Amino acid sequence: METANLYFNLVPWIVYFPIIGLLLNLTIGKKLNENGIGAIAVSASAAAFVVAVLQAYSIGIHHEAVSVKVADWIHIGELALDWTFRVDTLSVTMMLVVSGVGTLIHIYAIGYMKEDVRFHHDEPRFRRFFVFLTLFITMMMVLVSGDSYMMLFVGWEGVGLSSFLLIGFWYDFDTLGRPSFANSNAAKKAFITNRVGDFGFLMAAFLMFWQFQSTNFDNVFAAVAHAEPWVILWITISLLVGVAGKSAQIPLYIWLPDAMAGPTPVSALIHAATMVTAGVYLVTRSAPIFTLSHDAQYITATVGALTALFAATIAVGQYDIKKVLAYSTISQLGFMVAAVGMGAFAAGMFHLITHAFFKALLFLSAGSVILGMERGHHHLAHHGHHGKGHEEVFDPGDMRNMGGLRKQMPVTFWLYMIGTVALAGLFPFAGFWSKDEILADAFHVFPHVYWVLSAAAFLTAFYMGRQVWMVFFGKPRHEVAHHAEESPLIMTAPLMVLAFLSLFGGALNLPGLHTLTSWLEHTIAIHPGEFNVQVALVSTVIALVAIFLSWLLYMKKPLEAGQPDPLKKMLGFVYTGMENKWFVDEGYKFLIIDRYTDLAKFFAQVVDWDFWHEWFHNSVIAAGFVWLTKFLANPIDLGIVDNISRVLAGSIQYSANNLRKLQNGFVRSYALSVMLGVVAIIGYLLIK
Amino acid sequence: MTGELILFFVLALIAVTTAVGMLVSKNAVYAALYLVLNFATVAIFYLMLGSPFIALSQVTVYGGAIMVLFLFVIMLLGAENIQAEITLQKAWPAIVLTVALLGLMIWMAATQVPVVGLSAESTLADAAPQPLAFSLFSTYLLPFEITSFLLLVAMIGAIVLTKQDKKGSGK
Amino acid sequence: MIPVNYYLILSGVLFSAGAVGVLIRRNSLVIFMSIELMLNAANLAFVAFAKMHSANPAVVHNGQIFVFFVMTVAAAEVAVGLALIVAIFRKKQSIDVDQLNQLKG
Repeated sequence: METANLYFNLVPWIVYFPIIGLLLNLTIGKKLNENGIGAIAVSASAAAFVVAVLQAYSIGIHHEAVSVKVADWIHIGELALDWTFRVDTLSVTMMLVVSGVGTLIHIYAIGYMKEDVRFHHDEPRFRRFFVFLTLFITMMMVLVSGDSYMMLFVGWEGVGLSSFLLIGFWYDFDTLGRPSFANSNAAKKAFITNRVGDFGFLMAAFLMFWQFQSTNFDNVFAAVAHAEPWVILWITISLLVGVAGKSAQIPLYIWLPDAMAGPTPVSALIHAATMVTAGVYLVTRSAPIFTLSHDAQYITATVGALTALFAATIAVGQYDIKKVLAYSTISQLGFMVAAVGMGAFAAGMFHLITHAFFKALLFLSAGSVILGMERGHHHLAHHGHHGKGHEEVFDPGDMRNMGGLRKQMPVTFWLYMIGTVALAGLFPFAGFWSKDEILADAFHVFPHVYWVLSAAAFLTAFYMGRQVWMVFFGKPRHEVAHHAEESPLIMTAPLMVLAFLSLFGGALNLPGLHTLTSWLEHTIAIHPGEFNVQVALVSTVIALVAIFLSWLLYMKKPLEAGQPDPLKKMLGFVYTGMENKWFVDEGYKFLIIDRYTDLAKFFAQVVDWDFWHEWFHNSVIAAGFVWLTKFLANPIDLGIVDNISRVLAGSIQYSANNLRKLQNGFVRSYALSVMLGVVAIIGYLLIK
Repeated sequence: MTGELILFFVLALIAVTTAVGMLVSKNAVYAALYLVLNFATVAIFYLMLGSPFIALSQVTVYGGAIMVLFLFVIMLLGAENIQAEITLQKAWPAIVLTVALLGLMIWMAATQVPVVGLSAESTLADAAPQPLAFSLFSTYLLPFEITSFLLLVAMIGAIVLTKQDKKGSGK
Repeated sequence: MIPVNYYLILSGVLFSAGAVGVLIRRNSLVIFMSIELMLNAANLAFVAFAKMHSANPAVVHNGQIFVFFVMTVAAAEVAVGLALIVAIFRKKQSIDVDQLNQLKG
């Protein structure tokens, strides 16, 4: 079909607009007030969204993937890399999610950061936040719109960088606002953990180039059909390592909970809705490779399912409102990875979209709750109500300090409820449809994955119920909770949009209609999963039972201040494990970090100091050098070099003394020499 | 022996004689006057060779300008009576070398150049100055302009060199 | 009909005379005049060669034009050279070149 009257050539603007916004804020942002900076950032993101909508319209007519080349990048020998944007249904879906959710979160962030910078007494940092946030949008757009694995990798690293910058945004504080390195350590942890994943990604890209002489999607997918099985397996496993890093899967998930050190909009945008789903996108994009290897699919699905269950168990034992959501995110990412791992790409992408809606909603509402608590704390501090809690540092994100907030923050409460129900997967909210599609597919493909995921779904409903009961119901367990205040409209308005999407997002891919599936089918081969009433009923029952259990434990007898979690008595050491994240961080510290430190110490003391400095430098290099210097000094320098120069100097002096006499200053004798030369030359020419 | 040839030899004799006269005359003014006569003879040679423009340039530039300048300087410096001490003991290497050069040149002129007769009659009409001027102002325009610049530089240089330097007298 | 060789030989004789003048005279003005004589000798050869090749329209004027340029350069040279001699005379009250040997090595 003719592409001339469609909007494909606009696709680079999906990156240019955020870059322009970023540069504007970087250059003239200093002169603008906070609303101006926010307006620029929001417009940049919104303009990218408009371009994404135009792309969606165009691809809806054209269907075939379109590549738009912008510039040459690297051309060396066989390696031919270009800056080429790829527009197909998959990349357009990601563009819409990223720019759409990104725009809403940009709006929310204006309100949030205004208060956040004031709590930290550092207003000028407001601008920096939006520069970083827009940089993230830019990089995410590069990631989803690239036409080759290397361009995808540029975005992949770029979002890693923006994630690093934003996690460590309050790099000189900890999460409670005390001066500390905690936040910057969290940023480093995220960056370094991601580096392990990036290594896997690079290995996969190198393998592709080695085997197929290209990293371009189309070329790789065309060539992979004829590749040997071990090549496919290694590519997929290497990609899976990359996915585990970026999408926080076992064993590399540990950075994501610490990433909550970033401001809440960051947690919502990067660490829940978009960046962490890059791994899911990568697997979906690489569908032609993954579908060729049953082993790879099995491993990927199992890793996803185990992550889903494992993270869900930890989420049950957390007290920080954002930590619960962080582990919930890891768990939901596990769902997605399991889905795309077993070939249910449409289900995975569907869950990615709905999850972006309701998890962004939950995170932003949690941010609203935290700011509400902060306002309450501020209010108390100013009005001289010196309760016993004020001397110690107050944690506005600790759920044990909350309770009964639905009266103080009704709007946030209702929004949070919508998000919770969507995440728990109750009919007819968005999460129900997408989670159910994954479970139905798993039921057919990998039954063990189905059981693990069902258990994870049970825990999901349970910990979300626990959270809602603890935060919004019962009685305030802290003075501050009495004085919590509702957030302004600029923060709640985007939340309402997200709540609407969480409510009706399921309509994207209703059973029987398969809108999203047939949309994505233009890009990747998908077998649409069938709606399974049995599975749907079971999962609904599971969710309801879990919510009922949480009601029994946390609502019937609301938690009192200082009272330990009721589960602690019932589960004993198991709960201690959940509370302490199964000691995974400690295990990693013991197994990897401490061993690495030991190795470093060994290298420093034994290899570098004892062997290298003490023995090699002193005995070998220094002694040998002394010997060599002596040799060079005595026979060579004094014996040979000096005499050569003496002879040279003497002969030059002698000849100079004699030649000096020729320079007698009489012009006529010079003329005579010229004459002699003339006669000689003419004579030579004639005789020749 | 044609009249032309007789004319040539007569003029050649005058030219050589005046050249040697300049060489040996003790008074610089006589030397200059010998040279003027020599230049005039050469100008007649130019006419015989069908180059009237060059012949007239020779008379005006050499005879009229350069030699007058020489005479001016001789008078100005009062240098006409400076003794020209030619000592043959010291001069013999120069004379030997010059005779060798002359021998080489004559041998070259006699053997290396084809014998072509040059006639004075037919060429005067062809050698009118117009084609020469045309060539000078088209093909050789750039060297011509550069030459004018060179003359300007020489003029400035002469002024600078002969300017009385009042401050620098102590050097 | 005078053979071109005659002119060349005459030119050589004049040139040699000039060269001897440069080499044996000590009066810088006469040396200068000898140089002019050498230039003239060369000019004579140029014009003779120009005449010799006057049948060839491509080079018919080249010899004469070269002589013209030589004259111009000679004029410039005389202007500067005589100025130099005047300056030297002011300095040393002499135009004997053998007095000018400060550059002796």
